[in-house]
Amino acid sequence: MNRFDWVNANSVDQALASVTDESSFKAGGVDLLDLMKDGIASPSRLVNIRQISGLDQISEDDKGLRIGPLVTLTQIEEHPAVQKTYAALSEAASRIATPQIRNMATVGGNLVQRPRCWYFRSEDFHCRKKGGTHCFAQDGENDYHAIFDNRVCAIIHPSGIAVPLVAMNGRAEITAKKGKREVALEEFFTSPTHDVHRENILEPGELITAIVVPASEARTAYYKQGEKESFDWPIADVAVSLAMQGSRCSKASIVLGGAAPYPYRAKAAEAKLNNSEITEDSARAAADAAMANATPLEKNAYKIPIFEAIVRRTILRAAGMKAEGVAA
Amino acid sequence: MSEKLPPGSDSSPSQDKQKHGTTRRTFLKSAGIVSASVAGAEMLTGVPRAEGQEQAGAVGPGKVALKLRVNGEVRTVNVEPRTTLAEALRDELHLTGTKVVCDRGSCSACTVMLDKTPVCSCMTLAVDVGDRNVTTIEGLAHGEDLHPIQAAFIEHDALQCGFCTSGMVISCASLLERNPKPSADDVRTAISGNICRCATYPRVLEAVVAASQGKGA
Repeated sequence: MNRFDWVNANSVDQALASVTDESSFKAGGVDLLDLMKDGIASPSRLVNIRQISGLDQISEDDKGLRIGPLVTLTQIEEHPAVQKTYAALSEAASRIATPQIRNMATVGGNLVQRPRCWYFRSEDFHCRKKGGTHCFAQDGENDYHAIFDNRVCAIIHPSGIAVPLVAMNGRAEITAKKGKREVALEEFFTSPTHDVHRENILEPGELITAIVVPASEARTAYYKQGEKESFDWPIADVAVSLAMQGSRCSKASIVLGGAAPYPYRAKAAEAKLNNSEITEDSARAAADAAMANATPLEKNAYKIPIFEAIVRRTILRAAGMKAEGVAA
Repeated sequence: MSEKLPPGSDSSPSQDKQKHGTTRRTFLKSAGIVSASVAGAEMLTGVPRAEGQEQAGAVGPGKVALKLRVNGEVRTVNVEPRTTLAEALRDELHLTGTKVVCDRGSCSACTVMLDKTPVCSCMTLAVDVGDRNVTTIEGLAHGEDLHPIQAAFIEHDALQCGFCTSGMVISCASLLERNPKPSADDVRTAISGNICRCATYPRVLEAVVAASQGKGA
């Protein structure tokens, strides 16, 4: 790890005043230290925002949920209002990493962590995302890579919390010296075709200062498929939000993780459910539609049947139904 | 990475080795530098921080004097900001019970408690500990009196090679602090991050359940 100097910021204003071009903000620090230990990031200064008071709170009112960027994944997992009303969010948080990491990692840091692609994470591969000219995953070891929008750079977005947050129409409040802006998380994450060197719209010197989730009576569910049960990065994960009128779905929101370089909104699947009864058949049609335009690489087409299964089951679970072939 | 770190070693391999091949320790010896900066000396428990909108004071990248609350004592270490808590514990305070295995937060061997919360000491910077109480494996026993979890691990033979054991015991002790009567699933969740390649999990489960029922020793 490179040497750096260290600033403990007391307030957002102080953090913004302390950051330089060569600096990184540090919240939980988990992904940042990982990048620094691997030589992928080498900031000359860390501006520690972890101790800024007021940014580590979850508040709920009739307008929705406001989550401070320093809220840990454990706080999300254990918060009674989140468990009750925003179930997919709590479920997703509980499946990320290990208990130790969930105690350290923050919501803000989880959203802006860098991808896990092993070519990106290796100093030995000067890949396109790091300023090179080649995406080594295209004809390399691409088992865990994207099945959509994967021709420029085949990363999958690593944020587990983003998947339900996008499905719930979450928004990021972003603060810079010049003021605040609020952006839908769906627009916050960007495609490599927009700028391969980044995964989101955050500009240098900007800080996420809140995540806002609008109140909703939609029913939500989340599912993550990894290679092992205890802890792992997802092979495929999905968040489903269904606004229901009786047994009909008035508006569906289906977001896939592990599928694309950003949380992937499966609009074709949503269209199959909007203004429809939720049944085993409609859920299956939606799951098939979600995968219809997939462009898998040589070694990751196995993700397609996994997504078809977990999208179908998670739609049914969000609707309060039991999927065929799944133990209760 | 365990082959690089034999049991009983008092030196973590993790970031001691710099890219040019010298270790931090040999570099410091040869250069004769142990310079706790003046600003560094301010970096004590409950770090003073500037108020208002001005830029906060920076410390480092050289050594900084830090006070850490470790196992009920206030200890002073002189470390660079890039030093992890695991390195400060092992290399500066010689508390080598905390083991570093993956050094990436993936195995939880280095688990310590910050207040009552288990965290990876390899992914925590020493400079970021502040006034939180650090509890390591050395802090669980009172003299010859073992912590109930330690006694139960011995009684139930819940370890083999022992490399994961410090972190495993801390995870279990932390669980009982927060949840004195855990279910079997609570225990499984609490140790779900602690990798044990000897696969002692069933015995760990037995030991924690026994300790929670007062049947540890």
